[in-house]
Amino acid sequence: MKSGGEFLADHVKGIPRSGIRDFFEIVQKRGDVISLGIGEPDVSAPWAVREAAIYSLEHGRTGYTSNSGSLKLRNEVATYVENIFGERYNPENEILVTVGVSEAIDLALRAVLNPGETVLYHEPCYVSYAPSITLAHAKGRAIRTRAEDGFRLDPKAVAEAAKGAKVLLLNFPTNPTGAVLSGRELDALAKVCVENNLLVISDEIYAELTYETKHESIVTRPGMRERTILLHGLSKAFAMTGFRIGYACAPAPLIEAMMKIHQYAILCAPTLSQEAAAEALRGAEVTTREARESYQMRRDFLRRKLEEAGLKPTNPAGAFYLFVDIRSTGLTSREFALQLLDEEKVAVVPGEAFGPGGEGFVRCSYATALDRIEVAAERIGRFVKKLGERRLVAAR
Amino acid sequence: MDPLLQILKERGRLPTAELAKLTGKSEPEVEKAVRRFESDRVILGYQAILDSDKTGHGGVRAVIEVKITPERDGGFDRIAARVARYPEVVSCQLMSGGYDLLIVVEGSDLKRVAGFVAEKLSTIQGVISTATHFQLKTYKEAGVLFLQDDKAERLSISP
Repeated sequence: MKSGGEFLADHVKGIPRSGIRDFFEIVQKRGDVISLGIGEPDVSAPWAVREAAIYSLEHGRTGYTSNSGSLKLRNEVATYVENIFGERYNPENEILVTVGVSEAIDLALRAVLNPGETVLYHEPCYVSYAPSITLAHAKGRAIRTRAEDGFRLDPKAVAEAAKGAKVLLLNFPTNPTGAVLSGRELDALAKVCVENNLLVISDEIYAELTYETKHESIVTRPGMRERTILLHGLSKAFAMTGFRIGYACAPAPLIEAMMKIHQYAILCAPTLSQEAAAEALRGAEVTTREARESYQMRRDFLRRKLEEAGLKPTNPAGAFYLFVDIRSTGLTSREFALQLLDEEKVAVVPGEAFGPGGEGFVRCSYATALDRIEVAAERIGRFVKKLGERRLVAAR
Repeated sequence: MDPLLQILKERGRLPTAELAKLTGKSEPEVEKAVRRFESDRVILGYQAILDSDKTGHGGVRAVIEVKITPERDGGFDRIAARVARYPEVVSCQLMSGGYDLLIVVEGSDLKRVAGFVAEKLSTIQGVISTATHFQLKTYKEAGVLFLQDDKAERLSISP
């Protein structure tokens, strides 16, 4: 007789526990920790957005919407996407509203992959990519990006890895490295995708949080619109993580297939959240500009502080993370994070959580109040100094 | 907006050393920039925002709509400047619509504010009429909310 865990599917059993969740449980047990480990904004959603949610409740809008999402929201999405990404999608059949980008990634992978097919993705990367590929019964093939290249994806590396692959999963700006691709790199990458007949699933959730340059999407490159599923959502730039609203934009047959899975699994994204999201997109310009300016200041500040402490943070052009090189300390990323937590009560995320390519780095989020960042950076500096002294003593 | 100005607008009392750290400039650079903003009158002053319920020195505040007759030379400006110069007047703005000046007046008690309106404001030549509204409770001032949002708890580590 079987019981409990013996009923589990092999491919689910094979997925390791999330390194982030693991570390979260350790941090949760300590009090009084300054966390630079948080992957969400430190402010609540704009008041107008919260007000829209209240209004929709007051007016009893508590039923289902269309499976694809309310047409009102899809219209707003179409306008917004055209402004930000420079591509027009038909709200009738080319846009699907999802429960965050996470659901959209799952839908996209399941809609296009047959069992055993190969997905390319760049790594270090967001924690869900490899497991989502496995859950879609497909095989992931990681392309390592490196600190020396600013963690940008080399189109040549994609070309070399492309044989037999069907999908390329992109995430620029990248969580955890903050890397973005230049226009020229996008040109070259798009060419490789067309030549190798790759479908691109492009998670551009941090698009608005691009600092020195304006965000560009691969979807605008020649030959890419018909082979790209563009994913975006409201969590990051609009501080709406808990509302769980994302969306996918793609040619109608792809959206139709994703919608089939979505309608049976989810039915529709929460109506209340859709109302709030439509309001957020209407007032988008001010919200996203303010968010960008505020993060940019904090990024520069944290980076300077960490450099003063003798560490080498990446120079992220997007998102709200610094991926910090800690190899000079001689510790693994997990050892570094655990000791930092023990000795200085500062939480950062060990790079190993983002795949083997993240080893030797820790992720520091600067989506935290400036005064907290300042104290955290001072403590990290003190910790690194102590490590250096200890190594000197040990060497004698 | 210049990041330095933005910080000063939000957190006016930061010391120079702190401003230097935040903007990545040196302290002398920050001092120079701030002095420049002040001398160019981009920055006009620095004030704390107080909750008068807690200071115990609240007094009363009134918003007064004032109708005035514009003058051939200078329109509303001369009379507006005369009104604005009274220390009791906290703010004074020319408005579109049913009246001309919107002024905010502060006094230690109701009688003093009423006295100011009756004896000083209304008697200025060119002032046609006034409508005085006393403030009962402040919810927000200078962009600062007096009620506090609940502290939203974030997970200490999230992907």
